[in-house]
Amino acid sequence: MYSEKVMEHFRSPRNVGEIDNADGVGEVGNPVCGDMMTFWVKIENGILADVKFKTFGCGAAIAVSSMVSEMAKGRTVEEAMKISNADVAKELGGLPPNKLHCSNLGADALHRAIENYLVKKRKAEKKDCHCPYCDTPIEASEICAPCKAQGRN
Amino acid sequence: MLPFLGGDFGNPSSLHRYGTGPRQAVDAARAQVAALVNARPDDIVFTASASESNNLAIKGLALSRGAKGRHIVASAVEHVSVLESLKSLCPLGYEFSLVPVDPEGRVEPDKLAAAMKTDTVLVSVMHANYEVGTVQNIKELAALARRYRVPFHSDGTAAVGRISVDIADLGVDAYTFPAMSVYGPKGAAALYLKQGTRIQSLIEGGFQERNRRAGTEDVAAIAGFGAAAAVTKTKLPEWSAAMTRLAQRIFTELPKKLDHIVFTGPVPAGRVQPPFSSTESGGSPSRAGRVQPPFSSTESGGSPSRVPGQVSVVVEFVEGEAMLLFLDDEGIAAASGSSCSAKTLKASHVLLAMDLPHTKAQSSLVLTMGKDTTDADVSLFLEKLPPIAARLREISPLYAKFKKGEDPYAVKPGETYEEHGEHG
Repeated sequence: MYSEKVMEHFRSPRNVGEIDNADGVGEVGNPVCGDMMTFWVKIENGILADVKFKTFGCGAAIAVSSMVSEMAKGRTVEEAMKISNADVAKELGGLPPNKLHCSNLGADALHRAIENYLVKKRKAEKKDCHCPYCDTPIEASEICAPCKAQGRN
Repeated sequence: MLPFLGGDFGNPSSLHRYGTGPRQAVDAARAQVAALVNARPDDIVFTASASESNNLAIKGLALSRGAKGRHIVASAVEHVSVLESLKSLCPLGYEFSLVPVDPEGRVEPDKLAAAMKTDTVLVSVMHANYEVGTVQNIKELAALARRYRVPFHSDGTAAVGRISVDIADLGVDAYTFPAMSVYGPKGAAALYLKQGTRIQSLIEGGFQERNRRAGTEDVAAIAGFGAAAAVTKTKLPEWSAAMTRLAQRIFTELPKKLDHIVFTGPVPAGRVQPPFSSTESGGSPSRAGRVQPPFSSTESGGSPSRVPGQVSVVVEFVEGEAMLLFLDDEGIAAASGSSCSAKTLKASHVLLAMDLPHTKAQSSLVLTMGKDTTDADVSLFLEKLPPIAARLREISPLYAKFKKGEDPYAVKPGETYEEHGEHG
């Protein structure tokens, strides 16, 4: 069912764990789907110095998380934000069609962790307040109301 | 089987000499299969699979009674071949009601009676559940349907070959069971139809199977089914006892080796089912802390509450498919009710009907023992599962949250957990 590369990452996932005092944390998935992923990032000089994850999910979900962590580590924030779910599946030598949607959320989780870092950074720099997701000018709040309603934080 | 794949290739419907051997083989198999379940040979219809038998029973019995009424009652934990057959009748003006089950998967007679309507023309309740092992009190449920003068079908796929089945005693009008349930070949199954039961054939054409299922018989598979049924009839008590004992080992020993597990379905006598380690909205508090009814003792219907050799367990904080893959690496073949392990990407409707929340159904593991399963196999499983679960919990964000005292299943603001559609 799975490619050798998927099974290899599933059996020996890279970068498993949590980062204490992480610069950003991102979470995706839900238990109805059956897959939940949490990513932690440590960012130094605009580069992802460390990436770690924890995943509840099937073989594909675990392999995807592991692959994303490998692909993102050492990249700049901008490069990491460009990693897509499709890139990850490709790098894994493909995923079964029915796993492409719900198990292939690793890049999304990574992006949420980076966005979380960017929000914190803007807040610290006390620049003009703009929602980090959609650039809507805002006042006191961290993100704009529509983005908050979507569950972002 | 082999002669019918070689020189004895004739069509059993042919009158010439080449048809004679195959015809006799089919007749002999019919007698053997009937004897296994105490039925008349003439009441056995051969089909190609249990799914086909269920399709024929549901659609055939309902369609032949369409003038009388178009309402069908079935349990919520039926196999998909029953559920999908029911759905397929809806465009023809049929309606169906699914009877809920209790947290151990049992259909209560009162609930079945409550679902009956004046235009009900068929009731279908499986004999044993393939996933959680619950054995229904078919005798009582069939008697109830008889009081309403409604035919009763039961899917015996998970019961035959595990418990002794006496169709005459059960009092059912139709009963499904495949060759695979008795270690026979794939490609043969039976639908028992009580003498005089009207049914509309789904495959039209020839006059095979007394007009109830057209098409040339798969003689080799049917001959294999007959031989397997004959062996099963003599060996069943021995097999059942062995499988019961092996499953009992898992029920007793696994909780000592692995924490945060909850068995689903009826579990051994006197055992207090521990509550789930964590709760979530949607889960029923009634599940937790209940004392299990006796496991191996007989109930009013004279049948055990659980099929021998079947274990269903939730390993909390760990996803089912991931466990299956690691178990497979150790040579252990298991199954799961998680959505990831299903082609439909939906969690088991059986577990959800038993009031298990989605998050727990994702963590289900199903183990089925067979006649050749040994103590060494069970020991291997008991040795290998705890480290696999520990390894997966180590990378599980749910377990991490649980350890920190947080609610692993808290719904974030603005998010709803909706079931997604089918993909791919």
